[in-house]
Amino acid sequence: MARSSRALAVGAWLTAALVALPVLSVALNLTSPRGEVWRHLADTILWELLSNTFWLLVGVGSLAGTIGTVSAWLVATRRFPGRDIFEWALVLPLAVPTYVIGFVFVALFEFAGPVPTFLRETLHIGWRFPNVRSYGGVVLAMSLVVYPYVYLLALTAFRELGANFTEAARSLGCRPAAVFRRVGLPLARPAIATGVALALMETLADFGTVSVFGYRTLTTAIYRVWFGMFDRVAAGQLAVVLMLFALILVTLEQRARGRMRFVQAHGRNVARTLPPLTGTRGWAATAFLSGVLAAGFLVPTGVLAFWSLRAAEGSLLPGNFPALLRNTLVLAASACLLAVAAATVLAYAARFTRSRALAFGTRVASLGYAIPGSVIAVGVLLTLSRVDGIVNAALGWFGDFGAGLLLTGSALGLLFAYLVRFISVAFFPVESGLTRISGSMDESARGFGAGPARVLGLVHLPLLRGSLLTALILVFVDVMKEMPATMLIRPFGVDTLAVEVWQRTAESMWTEASAPALSIVAAGILPVIVLTRLRGMSEARL
Amino acid sequence: MNANPRRFVILAAISLLLTGIASAQEVNVYSTRSHYGSEPAFELFTEKTGIKVNFFMGNNNEVFERLRAEGADTRADVMVTVDAGNLWNAAREGLLMPVESEVLMGNVPAHLRDPENQWFGLAVRARTIMYSTERVKPSELSTYAGLADPKWKGRICLRTSNSIYNQSLLASAIGVHGEAVVERMIGGWVANEPEIVNSDRPVLRAIAAGQCDVGITNSYYLARILAKEPDLPVAAFWANQETTGTHVNISGAGVTKYAKNKENAVRLLEFITSVEAQETLAASSFEYPANPAAEPHAVLKGWGVFKQEQVGVAAAGQNQVAAIKLADRAGYR
Repeated sequence: MARSSRALAVGAWLTAALVALPVLSVALNLTSPRGEVWRHLADTILWELLSNTFWLLVGVGSLAGTIGTVSAWLVATRRFPGRDIFEWALVLPLAVPTYVIGFVFVALFEFAGPVPTFLRETLHIGWRFPNVRSYGGVVLAMSLVVYPYVYLLALTAFRELGANFTEAARSLGCRPAAVFRRVGLPLARPAIATGVALALMETLADFGTVSVFGYRTLTTAIYRVWFGMFDRVAAGQLAVVLMLFALILVTLEQRARGRMRFVQAHGRNVARTLPPLTGTRGWAATAFLSGVLAAGFLVPTGVLAFWSLRAAEGSLLPGNFPALLRNTLVLAASACLLAVAAATVLAYAARFTRSRALAFGTRVASLGYAIPGSVIAVGVLLTLSRVDGIVNAALGWFGDFGAGLLLTGSALGLLFAYLVRFISVAFFPVESGLTRISGSMDESARGFGAGPARVLGLVHLPLLRGSLLTALILVFVDVMKEMPATMLIRPFGVDTLAVEVWQRTAESMWTEASAPALSIVAAGILPVIVLTRLRGMSEARL
Repeated sequence: MNANPRRFVILAAISLLLTGIASAQEVNVYSTRSHYGSEPAFELFTEKTGIKVNFFMGNNNEVFERLRAEGADTRADVMVTVDAGNLWNAAREGLLMPVESEVLMGNVPAHLRDPENQWFGLAVRARTIMYSTERVKPSELSTYAGLADPKWKGRICLRTSNSIYNQSLLASAIGVHGEAVVERMIGGWVANEPEIVNSDRPVLRAIAAGQCDVGITNSYYLARILAKEPDLPVAAFWANQETTGTHVNISGAGVTKYAKNKENAVRLLEFITSVEAQETLAASSFEYPANPAAEPHAVLKGWGVFKQEQVGVAAAGQNQVAAIKLADRAGYR
């Protein structure tokens, strides 16, 4: 028992250290002072950047948190028209890359876009359509594609709570709204906090959406300093500020979970016993969820489909499309398995060893999700090329082999980059799921002499199935959409769908880019449906 | 965990073998210019020479950092990118090598290449004033600085100053007029409360729809739209003709410092700058050929010849940091 405990701790430390390396290499930029750039920023735009970033987080956190929680509660606890479709369909906006939704929204609603033009020229409505390039616009677009993080996590939590709690509360005379407020919300709080934290980390790292909306944040400033002012060190230092934001988020998330001990009650056959939402209330729920789904998924994909048909003069899809699709799927599948395995080791070690140092190391390792993809990808690249350098130097000791670059620009290197970038997307759901499993289960299993591996295999994994599948879905879809690390680290000659989209969008030729962009979404849908179905089944069986 | 040296040796041998085989008749291009891969000019090169061109595409930032991290082991022979600022930065970081080629010197005019021959312009884009043909008379327009006049208040659309195209425009203006003049110009633009958008294309669309009357964009964006929609009520005005000339920038290329196929790389650049390839290139990209002997696309020919700013595109890189600082101080997002 002691030996396997130690093996687990060592494994976790190694994983955390490996994943934290690129993050730390970004932090290393702090050692070279860049007083001049900082003075310039402080004199000009720094305050605006900080306050814009802060308000973006507040806006997206509230909106995405509300949409995600309310829709999860409705789907988990009530019956209403279309509920079974919404259950999986509400995850779909996750498959829409933020750069796509931002672009589509602006293209539709800017002054020259079809919607205001129609109002102006066909209906002759004098009312001036609000400027889409605004705080409200960017918060809305962002929230509509990141709320699924909250939805998925909250849904898992609400279901694991089971019908028992809600039924008990209702039988005691609680009104439905009060059940949500006084029972559902407090018990699902850790999961909601985790979902919001993930959504906000993605928001922090986002460059595509904010730049389409012309909303300046720390992230846009990183690029401005990096490639406008040719100062990668100062850009790295700005990224550290972004990491501080993320650390605060992660700390808040921990606080929100509080010192509560969560004990899981297994909902039995939840779906079958759901009370109906009757009459207008039921249709109101349907209307609300349809609106969310339309804005976050149907409109962007519909517009992409329309554009790709209009651009159909040439060939819609590139000739190497099968290869692109295969590369994308293989990378996404391998990366999500790898990330979930690593996340399970970390979350599990934290539970078993109760080591605060390890918990902190894990938090640092998870920061890769909150800084812009390019910055963390460069961190990964430098780490890889340093390892290559060491290997080459070691080989040089045996003679001149000219091994060259073994990791830099290899598939292995790219998988490592995905791990660094998305480990938190896997880790948070798994950890959040673990906290809902009573510690007394571990204790009794260990009392019978089971080591961590057996406790994990026999007790936790079956109970964690929902959380693990959530983690797999999230990482899979995130990898499919990922652009900067793929572009930077992929092997020479290996292209993916995201790279193809970039090639066509770089000169804002969006009509030409819409077919490959649509295929990213389409390729993301199938696994989302399969996995959510699987998850539904696995939970129904509990 | 013991590292097994034998495994590394085998890996090393394999990779050596692979590079040995692969380098037969090919040239590897890292390109940050979209669509170049499918552009017929490069296919023409393969057709003529039998040398295969392999592309690795990406954003400038990423391709640049990759080239830098790969160092001497890179597979890249040629780096293709847009904007002289990016090329200037690549040369400054020691990623490119000087190329002595009489053919290249003959094909590319001096102001469109690096004084030290580390990079060469492949195509030229003018960044100039675009106006609504319905609401603006060309006689109302003159220079970039003219847009600072209060008569344009609420009538301008500008792309964000995050765009390297605008950074280069301002940087070369600093090279011509000095910082004080440029700062006044930006201040005037900002005082006119421009609508700031994220790309050149929306600027043109906004002018066509009536949101603004004037803007500044690259020439090929308009040419590309006009080729499909000849009735678009937007036209190009050649800025600064009476003074210093219209700002031009390039899309260009250089041979990487550690090119393994150096000879093929030079042959590629020589070919792409030849008249035949230049006309093929310009026909698909709507840019102006860098080689003055080649003809631009018919749409562009209709716009007439114009006086180009002669400050030399290399100057743009040097003043870019100053340009950004001016923009920040003036509040130009």
